[in-house]
Amino acid sequence: MTETTPNDLIDLEVSKDTWPKSMLAWIFLGIVSIILFAIRSDFGWIVSFPEKWVLPFAEWINLFMNWFIDANKAAFRFFAKVLTFPMDALRTSLIWLPWPAVLIAFCATAHSAGGWRLMIFTLSAFGYILVFGYWVPTMATLALVFLSVPLSVLIGLFIGVATFASHRTERLVMPMLDVMQTFPTFAYLIPILFLMGFGPVVGLVASAIYAMPPMVRNVVLGLRRVAPEVVESGVMSGATPLQLLWTVRLPAAMPTIMIGINQSTMAAFSMIIIASVIGGSADIGWEVLSAMRKAAFGQSFLAGIVIALMAMVMDRISRGFALRHTLAHNGPESFITRNQLIISVLCLMIVFIVLAQFFQSLKEFPEVWVINPARYLNDAVDYVISEYSGILDAIKNSFLIYFLLPIRLGLENSVKPFTWGFELNNTFIAYYLTLCIAVAASLWRLWGWHAVVGIVIIAVFYYYGTTGLPWPLFIAFVTLLAFQVAGFNLAVFAFLGLIFMLLSGFWPQVMRSVYLCGAAVFFAFSLGFLFGICAAMNDRFSVFIRPINDTLQTMPLFVFLIPVIMFFQIGDFPAMLAIIMYAIVPAIRYTEHGIRNINPSTLEAAEAQGCTKIQKLFHVQLPLALPEIMLGLNQTIIFSLAMLVIAALVGTKGLGQSVYVALSSGNVGNGIIAGLSIAIIAMIADKIIQAWANKKKKELGLI
Amino acid sequence: MYGPTAQRSFIQKASTSELNKGLEKLVAHEAHVGAVCNVSFDIHEGEIFVIMGLSGSGKSTIVRCLSRLVEPTAGKVLFDGKDLLKASGSEMIEIRRHKMGMVFQNFGLMPHLNVINNVAFPLRLQGIGRLERENRAREIIKLVGLEGRETSFPRELSGGQQQRVGIARSLAVEPEIWFLDEPFSSLDPLIRSQMQEEFVRLQKLLNKTIVFITHDFLEAIKLADRIAIMKEGRIVQIGTPADVVMKPVDSYVTKFTKDVPRVKIIRAKDCMETSGLSDISKDSIKVKSDATLEEIIHKLANTKKECCVLNSEGKIIGRISAETVVDALAAGDSR
Repeated sequence: MTETTPNDLIDLEVSKDTWPKSMLAWIFLGIVSIILFAIRSDFGWIVSFPEKWVLPFAEWINLFMNWFIDANKAAFRFFAKVLTFPMDALRTSLIWLPWPAVLIAFCATAHSAGGWRLMIFTLSAFGYILVFGYWVPTMATLALVFLSVPLSVLIGLFIGVATFASHRTERLVMPMLDVMQTFPTFAYLIPILFLMGFGPVVGLVASAIYAMPPMVRNVVLGLRRVAPEVVESGVMSGATPLQLLWTVRLPAAMPTIMIGINQSTMAAFSMIIIASVIGGSADIGWEVLSAMRKAAFGQSFLAGIVIALMAMVMDRISRGFALRHTLAHNGPESFITRNQLIISVLCLMIVFIVLAQFFQSLKEFPEVWVINPARYLNDAVDYVISEYSGILDAIKNSFLIYFLLPIRLGLENSVKPFTWGFELNNTFIAYYLTLCIAVAASLWRLWGWHAVVGIVIIAVFYYYGTTGLPWPLFIAFVTLLAFQVAGFNLAVFAFLGLIFMLLSGFWPQVMRSVYLCGAAVFFAFSLGFLFGICAAMNDRFSVFIRPINDTLQTMPLFVFLIPVIMFFQIGDFPAMLAIIMYAIVPAIRYTEHGIRNINPSTLEAAEAQGCTKIQKLFHVQLPLALPEIMLGLNQTIIFSLAMLVIAALVGTKGLGQSVYVALSSGNVGNGIIAGLSIAIIAMIADKIIQAWANKKKKELGLI
Repeated sequence: MYGPTAQRSFIQKASTSELNKGLEKLVAHEAHVGAVCNVSFDIHEGEIFVIMGLSGSGKSTIVRCLSRLVEPTAGKVLFDGKDLLKASGSEMIEIRRHKMGMVFQNFGLMPHLNVINNVAFPLRLQGIGRLERENRAREIIKLVGLEGRETSFPRELSGGQQQRVGIARSLAVEPEIWFLDEPFSSLDPLIRSQMQEEFVRLQKLLNKTIVFITHDFLEAIKLADRIAIMKEGRIVQIGTPADVVMKPVDSYVTKFTKDVPRVKIIRAKDCMETSGLSDISKDSIKVKSDATLEEIIHKLANTKKECCVLNSEGKIIGRISAETVVDALAAGDSR
């Protein structure tokens, strides 16, 4: 080191005699790992956990479930029957209603939620559904949504208020919400299927449960955010505790609660689509899947668009109501003037119902008006695939060979003459080592020993692959990370969670999932980070990318599979693409938000000192936005784990597949354990990153 | 008193001296913060009692103890001869519904209600019918000068207007005692002084018993009948504005009084001499006893003699000279 600034001197002095304890821990872990790698060929159990050590958690759960189902089956079946009545009634009446009447009702709702533009959008969305002949399955899906959303909103409101009111309830409910929101959608269905039997009612119950956590969270958040003075003024006005809740707290929290309803609606819709995939009921999700199974991509694409359109319409309408300011009541008005719109809409609907008795074309959308361009679409897709198959294959293969395979199997097993073009030899390993050391050294100068540890870990992963890692090493690595970032409690949680996965015999699947998610997160986050920076620096790009993000975020996960299957068939690569498409959104959003929300006076100070744009970005904006950006990474991980299970439909292996197999073979225990494993991974990642971001924010004085 | 064992330590201890000893001990211990300690005062009917202190001095806690928004750890709040701390939940609700009104620093308006519904809110809680409560609300809205904004929502109003709504709401139930917690602190200086004048006008009209919290000494001086100055949870001095200005008890109070325009605060009755009234010549200039020095000073300058001070019935109760005025203006000032 030729130049030493005073700062460097201080660093050196500290590190000379007292090495940071945390660094020693990592060095120790490194030594352990070298030993483990050295002896792994002699002790096979270090890498693959022996079958005979596995504890039969799944069987215990199955035994319990069998007992539980035997004891309570009648009750649950009865409950399902009870729910079937309103559902069937709603479904039949929605289908029975003449299509113009439904159209009018939706357009009026859209208009009062978001004005003319939203109404025209709704009109064209429903026009598409009519013209392409998806009216009946769409109505069937809507019937489920209309029933499940009020259910989860009401229950969510109740639980939210209870959670707000009592600390004891809060301590019980909050961790449950964590699990519920990270527990994969498919895994929800398994116990419900068992208790209620097949049929659309499963979708109803599952979606009502699945859609509840966002409602509860927003209710609690909204109630907490009510300004203390507003509550005090309510008390001073002489409100009883109940009056305080109904006339002060809940109305004042309404904007946040409405956002909860919006999120609930979208979650319910997403779940209903997935449930219909399983349940085989005649609604729009089933249309997509059955078309996909027949490799009729045209049809599945057209039906997929229906799902996308419905998601957008529902999102815009419920968000419109959430953002709309409460209307003023100017003094006492008559019932009719206050409800003018509703009454006139109802009148119009009745007119059409009456007319429909005389004109068949109003009752059912005439078959002859329906267009079916699926065949042309199929042809077009076929044409694209055959014309560009060389390029598509090249993309897919190079990703597989240079990226996915090494992460899964490690360089040591994937560098073969028919993949990389040569056998793994010492020269190659020497090059690899040199490269790693060079990168580590340069990063050390920039960011210190943390960066070196990071690089070493990545290099080890890439060389040995996730499936070649000794499990004690992986567990030690995660536990140490959790301990250093988030403290003792999380380290215990992470350790026990990983041991649970290991003992339940799901370790290979866990590592398979870690591999696929890791790869997808890497791309989604890097790309999203770059896009986010662009969006933060360039207003026009930001305006361009925002509606795309909105759309991607509202899509039911299932929709992402359609385009990737169309072009890349099945396997890890299309699955990764689907995950990336969904998980890239938070990376973009949080990066942009983090950079844009930096205190403007800090930026002014930087500019006043003569920062160039690039200097400003690297020395001011990115360091200050880092905690927020890391929260984006957190969301990216959680999103990709959510998508992982859906991606199992395109033939990936791992926990997603386990859930899917458990679902079709009716193995409740396996389903729950695989689902729980995904939830545990998500929670560990979530807690570690949150803790890190909070620590960093405190250091930067942002909170 | 805030802290983990606050309740346990104090609720049973009856004697005050024992209480104080315990307080000191607990405050010294870090787990507890004594927000307000050993504070005791009377508020007279129809007076404006101002509690003045810097932030963190416990003034807001006091007013919340009086209205039981905050439960005091120990002590008594007597209202109409009854200890409010012993009142049950429903009794307290009744008292708040009919006898107390409160105005908040950040207004505390219901964001989902328009002006008229905000003002009528306490009446609605009592179950008064829509027409009756809206008529009542309209009257008060007129009183605070907000006519024409009845259907606006709080977010559409300026800070000054929002506080007028807050004032109107607190007056809707015709309270006997009116708490104002820094009502004008979050307003711009110009609006603030305008609202202070409005407040004085209203009080002349309504003649309520008022507890007014502020961190602004000038505001306190301007509005108060009596002031309590607080520091670190204790009352340093209680007295009329003139008392505080002329006889500050310690250097802490002196710091506040330094920049006060004394001529506007001190009145003739505060500094007049009451001895030797018979010596006064009948033709000397007469001043009223509650005239401020500012009003007297030019008369004294003109006559160069003594003036006689008359009370409201026209009787001579004292005499005042240029010399006494100068003494009064210099009093309590150690410079």
